[in-house]
Amino acid sequence: MQDYSSLGLRVGIEIHQQLDTRHKLFCYCPTIQRDAEESNFEFFRYLRSKRSEMGEVDRAAKEEVARSKKFIYKAYDTTCLVEADEEPPREVNREALQITILIAKMLNMEVVDEVHMMRKIVIDGSNTTGFQRTALVAFDGHIDCNGKRIGIATLCLEEEACRKIEDRGDEVVYSLDRLGIPLAEIGTMPDITSPKEAKDVAAKLGMILRSTGRVKRGLGTIRQDVNISIRDGARVEIKGVQTLDILDKIVEYEVLRQLSLLKIKDELKKRGASVVNKVFDVTDVFANTKSKVIKRAECVKAIMLKGFAGLVGKEIQPGRRLGTEFADIAKTFGLGGIFHTDELPAYGVSKEEVEALRARVGAGNRDAVIVAAGKATRVENTLIRIVERAEYCLAGVPEETRKANEDGTTSYLRPLPGAARMYPETDVPAVKITPEMLKVEIPELIEERARRYTKTYSLSHDLAYVMADSAFYHLFEEFAEKIPATTVARVLHTAPAELRRDGINTDVLEEEQFRMVLELIEEGRIAKEGADEALKILCENPRATKDEIVDRIGSASDLDSFIAKLVEEKKDFIAEKGANAFKPLMGLVMKEFRGKVDGKVVAEKLNRAIKSMLQA
Amino acid sequence: MDVEGKRVRIKAKGRIFEGVAMPSSTNSFVLKLDNGYNVGFTEYELLEVFEEGKHGEEIAALEKKESLPDIKIISTGGTIASKVDYRTGAVTSQFSAEEIVGDVPELAEICNIDAMLLYNILSENMKAKQWIELAGEVYKAIKSGYEGVIITHGTDTMAYTASALAFMLSTPAPVILVGAQRSSDRPSSDAAMNLVCAANAAIADLGEVVVVMHANTSDDTCHIHRGVKVRKCHTSRRDAFQSVNYPPLGLVSYPSGEIKWMAERIKRGERELKLADRLEEKVTLVKFFPGLKPDIMDYYYDRGYRGFVIEGTGLGHVSTDWVDSIARISEDSVVVMTSQCIWGRVCDRVYDTGRYLLEAGVIEGEDMLPEVALIKLMWLLGNYDVEEARSLVNKNLVGEINPTTRYWEVEK
Repeated sequence: MQDYSSLGLRVGIEIHQQLDTRHKLFCYCPTIQRDAEESNFEFFRYLRSKRSEMGEVDRAAKEEVARSKKFIYKAYDTTCLVEADEEPPREVNREALQITILIAKMLNMEVVDEVHMMRKIVIDGSNTTGFQRTALVAFDGHIDCNGKRIGIATLCLEEEACRKIEDRGDEVVYSLDRLGIPLAEIGTMPDITSPKEAKDVAAKLGMILRSTGRVKRGLGTIRQDVNISIRDGARVEIKGVQTLDILDKIVEYEVLRQLSLLKIKDELKKRGASVVNKVFDVTDVFANTKSKVIKRAECVKAIMLKGFAGLVGKEIQPGRRLGTEFADIAKTFGLGGIFHTDELPAYGVSKEEVEALRARVGAGNRDAVIVAAGKATRVENTLIRIVERAEYCLAGVPEETRKANEDGTTSYLRPLPGAARMYPETDVPAVKITPEMLKVEIPELIEERARRYTKTYSLSHDLAYVMADSAFYHLFEEFAEKIPATTVARVLHTAPAELRRDGINTDVLEEEQFRMVLELIEEGRIAKEGADEALKILCENPRATKDEIVDRIGSASDLDSFIAKLVEEKKDFIAEKGANAFKPLMGLVMKEFRGKVDGKVVAEKLNRAIKSMLQA
Repeated sequence: MDVEGKRVRIKAKGRIFEGVAMPSSTNSFVLKLDNGYNVGFTEYELLEVFEEGKHGEEIAALEKKESLPDIKIISTGGTIASKVDYRTGAVTSQFSAEEIVGDVPELAEICNIDAMLLYNILSENMKAKQWIELAGEVYKAIKSGYEGVIITHGTDTMAYTASALAFMLSTPAPVILVGAQRSSDRPSSDAAMNLVCAANAAIADLGEVVVVMHANTSDDTCHIHRGVKVRKCHTSRRDAFQSVNYPPLGLVSYPSGEIKWMAERIKRGERELKLADRLEEKVTLVKFFPGLKPDIMDYYYDRGYRGFVIEGTGLGHVSTDWVDSIARISEDSVVVMTSQCIWGRVCDRVYDTGRYLLEAGVIEGEDMLPEVALIKLMWLLGNYDVEEARSLVNKNLVGEINPTTRYWEVEK
């Protein structure tokens, strides 16, 4: 267990939450996700970065341009020219602004007097314009988490970026459906000091956001970015954590990575290591190679890291080595990866080739050689960038933006963007915040609601929280007054969860369907045990009517009570005739249920009822 | 105290903020915070103003490559290159050759560039005076040996300027008008690609005034449109410019710069360099709509207008109520009929109304665009008497009238 406070760990979280508005932030398109297969139009663009007044292109922006990728966009019958950057934006969606103000109030923030939309340069293609529109709406708030006050620095309203569909190296395919969905971005102060606290703060913020009832739910509708630093390390921004479950692990692994890099730095210093600032063409060394990757390549180049032997292959996060960091860079340039001498000979590269390679670049046994293969200019640019990164190994931890992997580790994405890459979005007028706009009603928090449910309906804490956090909590409250709360919870939560486990698509179940099932139970037309079956029918046919549902399962539950009643009435008859009572009784049941219930089912049920009666 | 552009410390909402004071179009105080965001405050207290040194910038001088052709870029406004000051958020236009090439480095591989800033005006503020001066500058440039001239222009009235140049200037070299539908300060701007395609057209085997702009919404091809056959047909799309009643002359591929010619064109050196730069400004374009009275024609006529282009309905009609007015006016004026259908040829011999109009003195504008007919008439009346103008207005001079109307597929 790490002592995080002694390491000087500081963590800040940025939460991006999609708002559930009728239309997008700058146009009247709906805020719905589409299947890329449904795309009805496709186009492509390139992006260029602009020199700033200081005569310099933003560091992050420049690296993207050096890659000169082609961005392919998929459009739909639910997207318009605004998303395609073919029409000026409409005015800011007031509904989205109002939700943002509500969130600001819930986070105890101060709202600005006038909201100014900005253009934040982002040229990875995820915005067709080459910038993301974003506005600072509120600042300087706080929440209390486990008794500790965590500062909320800023709340911004911005447009969601495109959804990335495919990365083909020098081409990236994006989907326009997500572009322009309103997004609230909450940035905390770096007040968080442990992995667990990071997870708890993110959970709390998520809970507050859902309490508004005005945000989108489901995978991908909320994303966390995490800023992490330790003493002597560097600020690293980790992007796109899609699930809370791994947030603590992300922090833990990043601390581990920074500590490992610091250890590598110390070792390199001790060894007197250095990086040779030169890219060697080694294509001929591999003229007869058995490595398929190298054989395919137009050109093979190498760089030499003096005194790095053994360290390139050193693990810095579970399953990731220093070499993996270099490979990440290669991937951002559109290459598959790199080879390095700590792992060679392997992958079809022979011992002789490694020796020839070492000889060519003048590397001894204590040195490491990095090899990249592919198109000449791309390989050159990649290796120049890796030289820069390797040199930084002697300085410590580079500031950078990284991408969260599913296992909690992270991969290099791009350098940390400079702060100064914003300019006004002149196509969108500023919005003055009026006193009326600030008059918002603060909704009950989900955690408060859960406490209320535990008390009022005597539910377990867990189930009460699930109900309070449900998008259908108002249905729960409405019906828990009329039928047992546990039954309502079964309909709204437990039963659908079980159906999902059985591979049934429950996404089609909306308020209308849940209400129908709850009413059927309330009206006594189906037994509470019939809820699962009723939901299943609605999953298959969301348009099914109440009568259809009762027809399909109602008879079955009637059958149960009919048989129970009959067996009770004919108790003596059964005792007398034993198993032979079946035939005459079957006749009585079928008289009632012929055509409604399968005879086989009737026989089975009756048989079971007679048997249990005889046993008793 | 004017603090705009200066770094300040203010007190607002009970807190202290530092940042750069920004221009404000409302009465709020707009502050650019160090995180890049602008925010507005209505109540604030200015605590301190910091004096800061100016940032200088050095741009390396361009080297001329002997093997490459020389091209002149004349800017009339709008932006083809721009610079953003992320400190203050200001966007500034760039006009020197060095700055243009700094923004679009590919240009240096295609040609040597000299640049001049002629105007910095919005294209809707262009007048005959500017067209005449511009024609003069282009004439001078070609005369002094440039292989081609590129004119950067706001897109709104680009087609009018193209027509004006086409009639005033007989050119042996390409004269290319180019612009952008997305401002050049944004990474997605179409300015750079349009300019690269324009440069490729400017060194090509071409001898007429053309417009080079995106052929579709993707960044892969530009069309070369004949200047007197092109029209802006969309308010905002990149491919807003369309050739009407004649195919685009060619298709420029990006980034290769290869040109595929698609229609008959005037080639380089086919014509001698000549300038006839007089324009009559008392020429008007009237769009007819149901119920419009002919008073509008009398109004112009009484103010000395002797050139009239009517944008009529369908094949080229106005209400029969107009016949008498037109008969009176056409005695000593030129009255040309075009169609608000935009596509197709005018024919006033199909219906009675048309025949009455012809009798009253209306001249059919053939397949000319209304705006092109307007400019043509300005040029004709500036250089010829009414009689000659009347006889030339329905004759093809620079490709504005085609003898036949064909079907064609436009490759994008």
